[in-house]
Amino acid sequence: MNATAMNLTGEPIAAKAETKKGEVLLAVENISLRFGGVKAITDVSFDIRKGEVRAIIGPNGAGKTSMLNCINGFYHPQEGQITYKGVRRPRVKPHQAAADGIARTFQNVALFKGMSTLDNIMTGRTLKMHRNFFWQALRHGPAMTEEIEHRKKVEDIIDFLQIQHIRKLPVGKLPYGLQKRVELGRALAMEPELLLLDEPMAGMNLEEKEDMCRFILDVNSEFGTTIALIEHDMGVVMDLSDRVVVLEYGRKIADGTPAEVKADQKVIDAYLGVAH
Amino acid sequence: MFYREAGQYKTSYSADMAVFPIWQDRIGIAVILALAFIGVPLIGNDFFTTTVMIPFLVFSLAAIGLNILTGYTGLISLGTAAFMGVGAYACYKMTTIFPNVNIIVLILVSGLFSAAIGVLFGLPSLRIKGFYLAVATLAAQFFLQWAFVRVPWLFNYNASGAIEVPLRSVFGIPITGATASPETRYFVCLVLVVVLTWFASNIVHGRLGRSWMAVRDMDIAAELMGIKLLNAKLLAFAVSSFYCGVAGAMMIFLWYGTAEAADVFSIRLSFTVLFMIIIGGLGSLIGSFFGAAFIASLPTIMKFGLPAIGIPLSGATAEHVTFMLLGALIILFLIVEPHGLARLWQIGKQKLRTWPFPY
Repeated sequence: MNATAMNLTGEPIAAKAETKKGEVLLAVENISLRFGGVKAITDVSFDIRKGEVRAIIGPNGAGKTSMLNCINGFYHPQEGQITYKGVRRPRVKPHQAAADGIARTFQNVALFKGMSTLDNIMTGRTLKMHRNFFWQALRHGPAMTEEIEHRKKVEDIIDFLQIQHIRKLPVGKLPYGLQKRVELGRALAMEPELLLLDEPMAGMNLEEKEDMCRFILDVNSEFGTTIALIEHDMGVVMDLSDRVVVLEYGRKIADGTPAEVKADQKVIDAYLGVAH
Repeated sequence: MFYREAGQYKTSYSADMAVFPIWQDRIGIAVILALAFIGVPLIGNDFFTTTVMIPFLVFSLAAIGLNILTGYTGLISLGTAAFMGVGAYACYKMTTIFPNVNIIVLILVSGLFSAAIGVLFGLPSLRIKGFYLAVATLAAQFFLQWAFVRVPWLFNYNASGAIEVPLRSVFGIPITGATASPETRYFVCLVLVVVLTWFASNIVHGRLGRSWMAVRDMDIAAELMGIKLLNAKLLAFAVSSFYCGVAGAMMIFLWYGTAEAADVFSIRLSFTVLFMIIIGGLGSLIGSFFGAAFIASLPTIMKFGLPAIGIPLSGATAEHVTFMLLGALIILFLIVEPHGLARLWQIGKQKLRTWPFPY
């Protein structure tokens, strides 16, 4: 995978970027996050537009994961604000972020290890299921209808990700690449508007990476899901993303299309080092 | 060979999502239920019913209760006996206040009191986990046990401090009290356990069960799925304590008859139920039954079974040997099979599926 003219679906990157100038879905304004004296993020602003694939890159410890944690409410930045769908969200809680349509995968796979693939993805449907405790206890009538209805949706996702064969296996024993795929499925089950992917391709071989890239592009184009993605593989980032934001030591050093970012001297210095 | 799903195709999601999707399982459960409802009363004598079957059923329900909390939701509790005690005392007070209400209804309602107390002591679970939560529930154990002894209103100012179960009949048949026959008490226990197990199975297979397991396996990710941790944990405490409370009420009203609850609902009982779910299998309903059967029947087997097959063992020795065996088995299980008898059962089923071929 090289970072030149064509992305995986074969469209020229420049053309793709032009088609996505939608409204701003999420805007991060002057965010600063400190843990005691450690400054994780300092005065970072960027926005994510509806329908785009937005990459967040940077060397280790640049504050990328902290950024995602701020967006979905695990951390609350001391300064700055996050606006989602035009609404300011001070101190949002993770389950509220989920209810608002923000889904997420984790850098280190955070699946429910004791449960089967099916149950893991079904858990993603939790927010969409409303039958109360007493119907649940009977597991007949409305509760069962609801369960079947969501099972159908989950089967669609299983088909989409091509993981039919591991449907009933406990996820703890699956190979790493498949676990990542199940985690993506669990996030997709929430039918999110904004999907945050924290290193979806870490530790994968080339073939698995290509599969994952295809899924991400399909999710973006078929479901119209906006994607924010952290990734270290520059080839992947340059191919997949519409716009890239680069962080270093908690500060934003560049923001723009893959081509712009790649040519930026600060980015080159951050990745390759500077001669002193 | 004998236990095989080959050829049993599922054509609907409801068939695939059934609790027992294979017909061999459905026949098995039907045979067990038939044995329990018809076989045991026909074959078993009063001694067998009162010393083996009723304790087994009561402990099964308590183990299911604790398993919902510890096995499914991953919250360790050492207050099981206290929650059982709340059920027993609530039932006792209600029989005094409402003497004409159906006793089975009262036994079930007493579970609600236990659920309320369980939620109260479950509140710290949002902030603390693991050992620290175990210690917090230990506080419930000590406080409630103290209340059972020191609050005379709870045992109707009885001079001995004991609960004496009054005679209560349903449709003219005495169910609790001295004149209730062991068969009647056994049937009431059995019906309650079967119905409540069915409910528990439905709950753990549905949305709530999945959110409990999600909280157990990865609470951060669970929160991101939109599960509110406090609600999920408190619901687990409520349901768990409900089951424990009903088990406690059954224990006094249908098994013991008269008891000094301070002795019965001590921390030893909490540990016994905990051992049951460890040996039986955490996060498994059938494991709760295995564990309860194992621990509830072990003393009887030691005391009466071994002499019956010709191994002389005095009562006192039998008791000591039971304790030693139990301790050894718990250590063995923790090392060899942490998932308990339920996992062995699964492995056995897997082997049966492919027998006589190795795979």
